[in-house]
Amino acid sequence: MALDEATMRKIARLARIRLNDGEVKPFAAELDGLLGWIEQLSEVDTAGVAPMTSVVAMKLPQRADRVTDGGDAAAILANAPETVDGYFVVPKVVE
Amino acid sequence: MTTEMTLTQARAALAQRKISARELTTAHLAAIENAKVLNAFITLTAERALAMADASDARLKRGEGGLLEGAPLAIKDLFCTQGVRTTAGSKILDGFTPPYESTVSAKLWQAGAVMLGKANLDEFAMGSSNMTSAYGPVINPWKAKSGPAKGRDLVPGGSSGGSASAVAARLALGATGTDTGGSIRQPAAFCGITGIKPTYGRCSRWGIVAFASSLDQAGAFARTVEDTALLLRAMAGHDPKDSTSAAIPVPDYAAGLNGGVKGLRVGIPKEYRVDGMPEAIDKLWVKGAEWLKAGGAEIVEVSLPHTKYALPCYYIVAPAEASSNLARYDGVRFGLRVPADDLIGQYEATRAAGFGREVKRRILIGTYVLSAGYYDAYYLQAQKVRARIAEDFTKAYERCDVILTPTAPSAAFAIGDQLDDPIAMYLNDVFTVPASLAGLPGISVPAGLDAHGLPLGLQLLGRAFDETTVLRAAKALEDAAAFTHRPEPLP
Amino acid sequence: MSDNLIQGETGAWEVVIGMEVHAQVASKAKLFSGASTAFGAAPNSQVSLVDAAMPGMLPVINAECVRQAVLTGLGLKAAINLVSVFDRKNYFYPDLPSGYQISQYKQPIVGEGVLVLDLKDGGQRAIAIERLHLEQDAGKSLHDQHPSKTYIDLNRAGAALMEIVSKPDLRSGEEAAAYLEKMRSILRYIGSCDGNMQEGSMRADVNVSVRKPGGPLGTRCEIKNVNSLRFVRQAVEYEARRQIELLEGGGTVTQETRLFDSGAGTTRTMRSKEEAHDYRYFPDPDLLPLELDAAWVEKLKAGLPELPDEKKQRFVGDYGLSAYDAGVLVAERATADFFETVVDPKGKKRDPKQAANWVLSELFGRLHKDGKDIAQSPVSAENLGGLLDLLADATLSGRLAKDVFAAMFDSRRPAADIVAERGLKQVTDTGALSAAVEQVLAANPTQVAQYRAGQTKVIGFLVGQVMKATSGKANPQAVNALLHKALG
Ligand SMILES: [Mg+2]
Ligand SMILES: [Zn+2]
Repeated sequence: MALDEATMRKIARLARIRLNDGEVKPFAAELDGLLGWIEQLSEVDTAGVAPMTSVVAMKLPQRADRVTDGGDAAAILANAPETVDGYFVVPKVVE
Repeated sequence: MTTEMTLTQARAALAQRKISARELTTAHLAAIENAKVLNAFITLTAERALAMADASDARLKRGEGGLLEGAPLAIKDLFCTQGVRTTAGSKILDGFTPPYESTVSAKLWQAGAVMLGKANLDEFAMGSSNMTSAYGPVINPWKAKSGPAKGRDLVPGGSSGGSASAVAARLALGATGTDTGGSIRQPAAFCGITGIKPTYGRCSRWGIVAFASSLDQAGAFARTVEDTALLLRAMAGHDPKDSTSAAIPVPDYAAGLNGGVKGLRVGIPKEYRVDGMPEAIDKLWVKGAEWLKAGGAEIVEVSLPHTKYALPCYYIVAPAEASSNLARYDGVRFGLRVPADDLIGQYEATRAAGFGREVKRRILIGTYVLSAGYYDAYYLQAQKVRARIAEDFTKAYERCDVILTPTAPSAAFAIGDQLDDPIAMYLNDVFTVPASLAGLPGISVPAGLDAHGLPLGLQLLGRAFDETTVLRAAKALEDAAAFTHRPEPLP
Repeated sequence: MSDNLIQGETGAWEVVIGMEVHAQVASKAKLFSGASTAFGAAPNSQVSLVDAAMPGMLPVINAECVRQAVLTGLGLKAAINLVSVFDRKNYFYPDLPSGYQISQYKQPIVGEGVLVLDLKDGGQRAIAIERLHLEQDAGKSLHDQHPSKTYIDLNRAGAALMEIVSKPDLRSGEEAAAYLEKMRSILRYIGSCDGNMQEGSMRADVNVSVRKPGGPLGTRCEIKNVNSLRFVRQAVEYEARRQIELLEGGGTVTQETRLFDSGAGTTRTMRSKEEAHDYRYFPDPDLLPLELDAAWVEKLKAGLPELPDEKKQRFVGDYGLSAYDAGVLVAERATADFFETVVDPKGKKRDPKQAANWVLSELFGRLHKDGKDIAQSPVSAENLGGLLDLLADATLSGRLAKDVFAAMFDSRRPAADIVAERGLKQVTDTGALSAAVEQVLAANPTQVAQYRAGQTKVIGFLVGQVMKATSGKANPQAVNALLHKALG
């Protein structure tokens, strides 16, 4: 198997998803299967092909520099699991 | 029965005051109540629906009704609705009530439509069977009359399974959906109704929970092509809040619907003949071409040579974008939080508990293909292949105006089947994914039944922003197919 | 450059520094949302749904931020890329709501440019700029409000930043600080950043490594978010010493992110960045490539203001100022404008050197003492010009002019008014002065004798006595002439 358990754990860590010990192996196996299937893309000759960067044929629209939003901290905080004095709160981060 | 009306019929009845919006809404709420077993809705908004219906009645009385005045609709629970819980079918959005309304749903309310509730879906729209919803699977109102699935509950397809099931079971006159790789067209086919995914950029993505930003597109379900056209017209249009929304006027799709297909060149892509496809589907496809030919269309064989690479390409691009789009579900500002001593622990516990298995699988594969050392081999190559696929369509449309294919390689299957093999499940979208990658419009029209009495759909694809032609061809197909089958009403 | 070498126990070491300056773009609204960028508001009150990364929210770019980035690129004589791409930089941090920062990675809006450093010895050195890209700022994490919690304020989240990256061309803490100062000057001239380092509008990540002169580059450490010129100097000096000691002790430098502790003047490992990052950059699918019109860029270029380097050159060439004086005058556009108003209001030229002296010593000295900047100067450029005119036509002596200047500073009034009111007009009339001269000669026989005995330097004392007797109003040249004449 190309995708080993250590790699699987590393990926899960990057994605911030805790996998318990029982999950690592099956996920690794599934991902490995999918990667094997996806591998066929390398058959396609893409020399000189520019990667698709936009699905619609249009230019990036730009907006004017005007303040049109904000000013409603209550709405921003309304769904938060924990707030204090208008701040979001998380466990302490040590810099 | 009131809920048997099409949207078009209901509009006429409302305009003539033969029925009130309140009566229409009440009938649909009762039907939903009776169809709880289908699990088509995650959240019902009965009170709001009645209030909206009353407001519609007041406007209709004054002769002021909008395009969809008084029409009760189901809204896929991926559209954020102000003041109404929005879940995306996931536990991770537990308790989330948006303080904003998605552009598409806002346009529907502006046109006078009535919200019945939020329709069930695959978690974060990731799935083709509606089996991944944290709120339980949706059941397809159709039943197999024979074969291995006889007597079992069937999937409605996905990810917009609740929307499709609701419209097929007469619980709503129409519904919104979103289609990332086939999530409108495939469930429409499985449920024997019509579903359109317009061109990428036609409907605003603002306020729709994102799955894969370069593929996600809102669309509509209804029981007729005309109804679908009406819904799409109300939903579509430029939105300055979405940088990928096209500033192109929305035509009156219903206006030219009966124009027929005389002189229209219909492309049949030879690469869509796949191994192991049920004979009924192949036959229906041939029949579809004959119907259009009989209507005066010219049938041409076209080639989309990179078709076989569309699915693997999609399963790089979509998970990659999803892995990033779903990073915001971190238990800090909204939704589920599973407390832990330190921040990283909290992130990991929250996301482990909040996401279902399929979502985790896609986030993990997306994270992998973007990670250091793999980007070029996977993501970059996929975006190049995607350009090739788009180029295939451009070339094909030099020879034809629309493309006709089956919508899905099978009819609806039983709940629980195909679950253990992700690739088998992903193959459901083999005919819908290529157009998604190219951003092109597509519609599924119910056209016949398989050997076990289950509906099958045919798909029509068009040029970018040419939904008008797609809808016109779909109407011709609908007329020729004269599909009058419907699921047995629930007891 | 050899002055920059640091002596270690094993010989000389060279410090190699590259800078990443983060400058907040001067705009009313954020880069991708319509929330305000104003400083100092209540927590989370300047946050849009987009900034908070609510589900389904989408970015739309602010045209002004694009314009400012291009102007800045032009000011750094850099290549403007007509097509640039916004990428997502993925990492989890609570002040980064979406879990990714929209930034520019492979295709930035601005390519290679140059910044000219003015060295202490009057020389110059070109520092290569590698790139400038646009990106979102993060929110603010407050770690000191609660023993076990971190508080998050997203007011700054999504504000536009220009990240300006230099090549590793700097060689000392002094140079690094000078680079930052010059960058600040250019940004302020252009108006693309207010340069307020205290408010965090401008901050630098300083990449430091050491090597034996001429040797291969050493392993670098990145010191994050240093926010004053003094701190940059201190951080580099401390970090270079630390690395040298480490290497000379037989150790190796680990590539890492470090924090500058401004209280202790030291750097330390940043624990939250210890984990190896894998940012998984990819083009943001919510945005299309940013395409600029070549003609539009040309128009911006044509409208660019005169920048400090050109202005300095002109001040030296046209006004005959020393490179040093010119350099100080052009550092702030407001100062340069003030000076030019003093020296040349509407074509009526005043002596530029004299004007420069007055601005740099009298005015700056007093402003500095009062903690004011040039914009707050109670003496306007017009009024300072008026004072110089009174000096030029001998209405005022140098000494009187200084008194008048002090009065102007306190009262904000023109020099002529103060002169008239206090009767300070200089006395040059010989008749009026000779009485005072006679008196002084009579009262100081000792000095008169000394002068006559050849100690001519004593005349200074006698001039002073006459000035004193006339309350400083006497014209010193006239007094001098009269004294010489009287003493034969
Ligand atoms: Mg940096
Ligand atoms: Zn940066």
